[in-house]
Amino acid sequence: MAEVEETLKRIQTHEGVIGTIVVNAEGIPIRTTLDNSTTVQYAGLLHQLTMKARSTVRDIDPQNDLTFLRIRSKKHEIMVAPDKEYMLIVIQNPSE
Amino acid sequence: MEIVYVYTKKRNEFGRQCNFSDRSAELHVDILPDPSLAVNFIERDPCDVPIQCTQEMSEHEVNTERFESDTRGINHVEGGWPKDVNPHEMEQTIRFRKKVEKDENYISTVMQLGNNMEHCIKQNNAIDIYREYFEEEEVVEESEVQPSAKTINVFRDPNEVKRTASSLSWHPDGSRKLAVAYSSLEFQKVSKDMSLNSYIWDIENPNKPEMTLKPVSPLVCLEYNPKDCHILVGGSYNGQIAYWDTRKGSQPVEMSTIEHSHRDPVYRVIWLQSKTGTDTFSASTDGQVLWWDIRKMSEPTERLILDPNKKGNLDNALGAISLEFETTMPTKFMVGTEQGLVVSCNRKAKTPAEKIVCMYSGHHGPIYALQRNPFFPKNFLTVADWTARIWSEDIKESSIMWTKYHTAYLSDGSWSPVRPSVFFTIKMDGTLDVWDFLFKQNDPTLSVKVCDEALNSLRVQDNGHFLACGSQLGTVTLLEISSGLCTLQKNEKALATAMFERETKREKILEARHREMRLKERSRSEQSKEEDTKEGDGEESPEELITRIEKDFYEIVEAELKKRDKGEEKKAIIELPLESDI
Repeated sequence: MAEVEETLKRIQTHEGVIGTIVVNAEGIPIRTTLDNSTTVQYAGLLHQLTMKARSTVRDIDPQNDLTFLRIRSKKHEIMVAPDKEYMLIVIQNPSE
Repeated sequence: MEIVYVYTKKRNEFGRQCNFSDRSAELHVDILPDPSLAVNFIERDPCDVPIQCTQEMSEHEVNTERFESDTRGINHVEGGWPKDVNPHEMEQTIRFRKKVEKDENYISTVMQLGNNMEHCIKQNNAIDIYREYFEEEEVVEESEVQPSAKTINVFRDPNEVKRTASSLSWHPDGSRKLAVAYSSLEFQKVSKDMSLNSYIWDIENPNKPEMTLKPVSPLVCLEYNPKDCHILVGGSYNGQIAYWDTRKGSQPVEMSTIEHSHRDPVYRVIWLQSKTGTDTFSASTDGQVLWWDIRKMSEPTERLILDPNKKGNLDNALGAISLEFETTMPTKFMVGTEQGLVVSCNRKAKTPAEKIVCMYSGHHGPIYALQRNPFFPKNFLTVADWTARIWSEDIKESSIMWTKYHTAYLSDGSWSPVRPSVFFTIKMDGTLDVWDFLFKQNDPTLSVKVCDEALNSLRVQDNGHFLACGSQLGTVTLLEISSGLCTLQKNEKALATAMFERETKREKILEARHREMRLKERSRSEQSKEEDTKEGDGEESPEELITRIEKDFYEIVEAELKKRDKGEEKKAIIELPLESDI
């Protein structure tokens, strides 16, 4: 338990990180450093996007699987680390 | 006799699935031949029957239905909570979350994902993968891209009876909206079902106007207030001025009283530069230019009658069709008249006689557009009859440059706000011409056929990239001009200055020469007058003038005839010796 806390705190304190969210398979945010409405929005939208990305990767090669998803936008970068049951989402402002 | 079959259905049966059943044929009506009716008819003999032996073909037209699009937003709400957890109850959600956090799986997953994530975060922070490594040089100018204009959107009058789009005005902030005034300018063509409304369109949505303006009489001209983007002022067909506030709805906020308004349709209304931002002035063919303060529309604040004799006589007045006002020169303004004269006026003059400073003549018909060059305010463009002319303020005798005479009447024109030598004109045959006077003076640089009917109004957006033109059937077309025609070329300002100065000098020289010749003529005629017996002094009455002209004319004709006769005689004389030689 403490390691989880430590890991999440470490991630949050990296330079440029705006927020961290841990979501379960149903889209329920377990842990978040952002406000509720933003969290719900990110959780809902990214969950669907991750599912789509994963199915795309597997359609091309069934042996393959999605390990990481990065979305760079004008304002920041959204990074999603998916897993079978949970998903870790981090929003970071890259070095510029 | 009507053949009618009535179907009835109970209201509570609506929407039910139709159950069809077969039925044998029933005879409803049987009209028996009645020979007595034949008395009313005559047999036709012979009958003309045209026959043609061709392939039978039929023509079909298909038009897809208009695609109506609407913008909506979605609001995300929490969901996915298991059945026993009420998402609104803080306690339950916290309890659920704590439970999950104790799960083994959770811990190991998060650790693993966390490692991955950290790697990427550090990567981001270490290198900016999108950095430009090679500073790009200045983009080389595109070599000779053909100038072109592309239609972006077409806005049609939603009403059945089509009216002319007589005036356009862009929204001052960002030009996302376009206000169009619709009216029928043809004499007595107004029908009862013609709608009086004018619309404000959002340029992204050509299906439905964003807002309707409901005046009492159709609007002939419409202008957004450049200082306050919610206020519009419009001049209507019956001579009244009204102003709208788009926040307050479709009805005008206030209208001018009929007694103090114009007596003819108001053709142009312009906002003035003032501290309060509420001053406008309007012009109409009844010969008056009126100044208004929109806070008090019951009476105009000032009035000017365009009498060329400067006597303020309304009967002599020239009808005004266009106005020009440049905010950099707030005391001067110009009026274009129906008679083809441009009257330059000074607002600050004390007496009405001094208000009219000078007049420029040279056009054969009403001046539909009048605008100063935004870069060279001393030069202005007038569009009338079949030409467009460029004038310099100092030369009053004639224009310094002009286009050739076209086959169709020009109905509106405008300078480009970004390039000093480019201007646009539209014609009654539906074409838009883009002229670049530094490049080519004989022909337009670009000529685009916008629509089949006549174009009536034109307005360029402030960035010079887009322009809208309105047609006689109320269709407003939004065009995008290729970048070559709306980016300032290097040296353009200097070249344009040189060109205007050169032409102005040429006209000045010509004017001086004309003046000299006239002086010579006058002095010569004065001398001849002294030699002759005294003629009637002062002006001759029109009849005397006519008889004198007739006499002169016949004398000239006689002289010419005599010359010809003499020529023939000479020929005859010349021929005789030849014959004698033989």
